[in-house]
Amino acid sequence: MSEAKTFRHGIHPPEHKELTASRPIERIKFPDQVVLPLSQHIGAPSRPIVKAGDKVFRGQVIAEAGGFVSVPLHSSVTGTVVGIEKRHHPNGSLAECIVIDVDHTSAQTLYDGHELDWENMNNAQLLENVRQGGFVGLGGAAFPTHVKLAVPEGKRAQWLLLNGCECEPYLTSDHRIMLEWADSIILGIKIMSRILGTEKAFIAVENNKWDAIKLLRDRIPADMPCELVPLETKYPQGAEKMLITAVLKQEVPSGKLPIDVHVVVQNVGTAAGIGDYFAFGQPLIERVVTVTGPGIVRPTTLLAPTGMSLAKVIEYCGGLTDDAREILFGGPMMGTPQQFMDVPILKGTSGIVVLTEGQLQERREYPCIRCSACLDACPVYLNPSALGALARSAKYDDMLNYHIMDCMECGSCSYVCPSNIPLVQRFRVAKGLLREKQAREKVT
Amino acid sequence: MSNSEPRLVIATPPFAKGPVSTPGVMRHVIYALVPAMIAAVINFGISALLLILVCALSCMLAEWLTTGRGPLSQSPVGDGSAALTGILLAMTLPPGLPLWMAAVGSLVAIFFGKLLFGGLGQNIFNPSLTGRAFLQATFPVAITTWVPNLGISEFMTLRGDTFALPFMRPAYDGVTTATPLAHMKFEQLATNSTDLLLGNVAGSLGETSAILLLLGGVYLAWRGFLNWRVPTGIFLTVAIFASALHFSNPEIYPNAVHHLLAGGLVLGALFMATDPVSSPLTPIGSWIFAAGIGVLVILIRQFGGLPEGVMYAILLMNAATPLIDQMTQPGIYGATKPKKEVKKS
Repeated sequence: MSEAKTFRHGIHPPEHKELTASRPIERIKFPDQVVLPLSQHIGAPSRPIVKAGDKVFRGQVIAEAGGFVSVPLHSSVTGTVVGIEKRHHPNGSLAECIVIDVDHTSAQTLYDGHELDWENMNNAQLLENVRQGGFVGLGGAAFPTHVKLAVPEGKRAQWLLLNGCECEPYLTSDHRIMLEWADSIILGIKIMSRILGTEKAFIAVENNKWDAIKLLRDRIPADMPCELVPLETKYPQGAEKMLITAVLKQEVPSGKLPIDVHVVVQNVGTAAGIGDYFAFGQPLIERVVTVTGPGIVRPTTLLAPTGMSLAKVIEYCGGLTDDAREILFGGPMMGTPQQFMDVPILKGTSGIVVLTEGQLQERREYPCIRCSACLDACPVYLNPSALGALARSAKYDDMLNYHIMDCMECGSCSYVCPSNIPLVQRFRVAKGLLREKQAREKVT
Repeated sequence: MSNSEPRLVIATPPFAKGPVSTPGVMRHVIYALVPAMIAAVINFGISALLLILVCALSCMLAEWLTTGRGPLSQSPVGDGSAALTGILLAMTLPPGLPLWMAAVGSLVAIFFGKLLFGGLGQNIFNPSLTGRAFLQATFPVAITTWVPNLGISEFMTLRGDTFALPFMRPAYDGVTTATPLAHMKFEQLATNSTDLLLGNVAGSLGETSAILLLLGGVYLAWRGFLNWRVPTGIFLTVAIFASALHFSNPEIYPNAVHHLLAGGLVLGALFMATDPVSSPLTPIGSWIFAAGIGVLVILIRQFGGLPEGVMYAILLMNAATPLIDQMTQPGIYGATKPKKEVKKS
């Protein structure tokens, strides 16, 4: 067994993956209503093409892409459109959503479910199909997949990197997908490799998932240019840049994209979704969600339709414990806290983590003692100590000289800080204000 | 399960938190000093014990008085840094130093060394050494009056005028002696290395137990609480520089082992120079800082007026720390990478 590769720096938070790692994917029964935000991805919101009263089918397009960096939205259920209205979005805003009442008398079969003859399609057709499937990155960032698969003029994709790291504590949805849907992943890789014209694909999996590593190794056809690369279990190994550095020993230049070093990274769940779309025509209308944490009565790996409410999911998983205090979409390092129980599961919701009172104790902040633990943790080699001092005194412009915009907000600095300084929390504020300022300068 | 609406709080991630805390780090540094403190008490008896207690308590009192005099649970005294400053100051003092002088040194260490700069994390200079430097300037005789190492059998024997009243001339009736470095500097008498290693020599509390200090240092480095680059860099620089001098003229210049083990070098390199607040943040900066200390130590010891140079070497490099930090900012990810040619395979 080759030694596990990795990147420099990073942290080792407790994994807590045992809660759900061995729980098979369970399909949840359809709810009474789904709420589908028009913006579940990075880029322009989708444009609705249905209206209140319309009967829609599971898998039918209900909103078309709002631009190139956008995707079509499909109904995740068969039912009737109630309206297009503002609802709570997991990102904290009120957002336009298509609300659909589920028709429980329907068999919920797919609107246009049939196998696609992908081997006889040309690249443009394959890409167009991925776009029509409404696919976005399922690892959490939800960037439209077809945009990443469309190699810009003058650039070349040499490698396709499949991200199966799942480095956030608690989350195990990718782990389960690799164990249960390996063949879908492999089909997805074949199709994406064709579109990109890559020489080789790598599936990178952290070495805390040996069962998935072994299983995938067995399933990869001998004649397929695809290698499984075990990586050290370390946070944030699943960040695109860290993954590229670990597998290919290259750094992505600051401000550039993976394609600039001839790499395209896709999540394993995305690959499985694309595989399924070409195998039986199911667009992105449901996803695997890890529902876990000490605040949930019955931690579960769910297969849930998008648009299903948080409340229904929690109810299905036995409810919250009495000391549950924090519900996160995503993991404890980078997840988004939720304040409303009616927010819907999105295309990019990889997990719901419920933390309890004991995990949220307010910690006293001490002065920075310049111990340099944050410098040794930062995966992009910033100086969080110096940045923290600048942020504290609101010297945001000076933070640019310390490369604040290269911060990817992984939170490793806050994790290690012995003085409990909310470093990444302050960096988020600084980055937001700096972006606003840049936008204003553009206007004037 | 609860049927009522959940009581949620909205905070910001990350929600995972590492196990290390600032008071924890301070505690562990104090633990690492315990063996050397015990050795000091065995070597120098009750005088040493009283010195450590007086310095630690005076520092804590000074911190409390100057930081708002709040309840102890809220006061910065609780982070342990003041106690550590006191212990480290005591380790640099001669065993027979009158206690009132030690208390004055402690007040100076905390007030001028730390609080005036803005408290923990803000000071340019190591507070313990600031206090030590003040005592050296103010009481040059008392702080260079060394007594022999008598061992545990003489525990109750005071090693000097420990209880001298403030501003009275201390009376020394005991035997005084010189430290190995003074022997070397003024008489070209080398002390044997085994005695140096085991601490069977005269000197300050923390100069006489190199092996126990090393033990503490190794513990801290293993726990990740100590920037190993600093002591490693200092020891290497001292060894190389001292050896070069020694080979040029063994009559005048002692060998590297003597320089490494004698005086406060081990204490300074492991516990003072590594003070994170007053040393550089960056790895390259740490090496530069360490090399600077190593060179200065030898320069002062061999070519300066004093037999010992660790304190001034560290203080001088403390002053250079902001500059070193600024000049050695880490190259960020993806900033310096040359474009790699795609290999066609």
